[in-house]
Amino acid sequence: MTTTWILIVIFVVLTTVFVYLYNQLVSLQNRAENAWSQISIQLKRRADLIPNLVKITRQYADHEKNVFEQVSDARESLAQANTPQENANASEQLTVTLGRLFAVAEDYPDLKADQNYRQLQEELSSTENKIAYARQHYNDVVTAYNTQRETFPSNIITTLFSFKPLELFQESQQETDDFTISIDS
Amino acid sequence: MSTFTWNEIRSNNVRTTLLFIAFFTLIAGLSTAIGFILNSLVLGWGIGLIFFCGYGLFAYYRGSNMALSLTGAEPADQSEYRTLHNVVEEIAIAASIPKPEVYIMQNDTPNAFATGMSPEKSAVAVTTGLLQAMDRDELTGVVAHEVAHIEHQDTKTMLIAGVLVGSIAILSDIFFRVSIFGGGRQRNNWVFIIVGLLAMILAPIVAELIRLAVSRKREFAADAKAVEYTRNPNGMSGALRKLKHAQTGMQNTPRSLNHLFIRSDLDDDSFMNKLFSTHPPLDERIQRIESL
Repeated sequence: MTTTWILIVIFVVLTTVFVYLYNQLVSLQNRAENAWSQISIQLKRRADLIPNLVKITRQYADHEKNVFEQVSDARESLAQANTPQENANASEQLTVTLGRLFAVAEDYPDLKADQNYRQLQEELSSTENKIAYARQHYNDVVTAYNTQRETFPSNIITTLFSFKPLELFQESQQETDDFTISIDS
Repeated sequence: MSTFTWNEIRSNNVRTTLLFIAFFTLIAGLSTAIGFILNSLVLGWGIGLIFFCGYGLFAYYRGSNMALSLTGAEPADQSEYRTLHNVVEEIAIAASIPKPEVYIMQNDTPNAFATGMSPEKSAVAVTTGLLQAMDRDELTGVVAHEVAHIEHQDTKTMLIAGVLVGSIAILSDIFFRVSIFGGGRQRNNWVFIIVGLLAMILAPIVAELIRLAVSRKREFAADAKAVEYTRNPNGMSGALRKLKHAQTGMQNTPRSLNHLFIRSDLDDDSFMNKLFSTHPPLDERIQRIESL
């Protein structure tokens, strides 16, 4: 009689823990998905702002064709990116080329004084900030999820229900690679 | 959300519960006393219950709007205050809360405050003076500080504290009146008048104490959280430095709302101000941020 009760209690406790851990993983997964959608909203918004920026800059500095091409290439590769990693790389590329475009604009006082241009610049830098903040948040949630996924006892649930690991949104290692110095001996 | 944030929220929840109990006890006590004078406990408790529900509900649903309208804040126009709207939205993303409503106060003194019962329903208000004085990074620092108050649920505690203080004032007023003009028991009248007077004197003191309970510590906590959002200590400390040198004195702002603002009017160094200040000295806040 007592043994039956003990077994029942153990069963109930285990089920509760099981359900709790499962729900925790699902909720983290949903939060990560949510955080990702925030990033993609901002990425899309930035992509939408760029044609206007290019158009207005062209009115003042049409011969700077090189920069315009770079910007539109970067925008194109961002549109084709799928994984968080690809998105992060393309986004970084776009940030760099946009920086060049703004640097070019510095040489054209008329352009800098243009009301529409200044508004676009404000919107673009705000969107850049939003991407950065959304990225912080996304990476925090994904790290929490991945840790939960791999640690005991949640890892039992992970294998049973095949929760996939999530990718961080971060720039490629390219920058650090550039600094690697090869020493010929 | 970090453990740090959870601790802030938990201690605020404890405070809110204590305030709620205090609120309930006070109303029960005062309405019993009123019923006693009117020779009808049912009537007294009826008044108390109506008051409790009515005032509580009003404060819950309209509290933020009341604070906003008392300070003369108006909704900020989307295109006129584009940068401000952008900054608020950026920080909301960093804090992962819905974008708070944005309000503007026509005032030359740089200042700002936040209000709201929950992160889902909140507002940030800044003065036109703040927009003029701060560059974009500093404005971001100030907004981040206010959003930190929202995420830590300091704003909720402040609103409930405001309700408590207001209700003590009104009920002790009712109590004072009925004990003079109302009811039978003539022989006990002077006792009630004294109790009523005491309540009226105690109300502002309790108000001060609550503002203290909503302690200076949370200003440091909000500063630290703001830096965590923006990853830019210079913006926050630069903003505080400018606030320090700005002239004080928000005209047309009720003193009772002082504790809501980022820069309190009582920030100078006199003894009484130090004793009753809701905010730590700005110098100390700047120092702490720079040591982060």
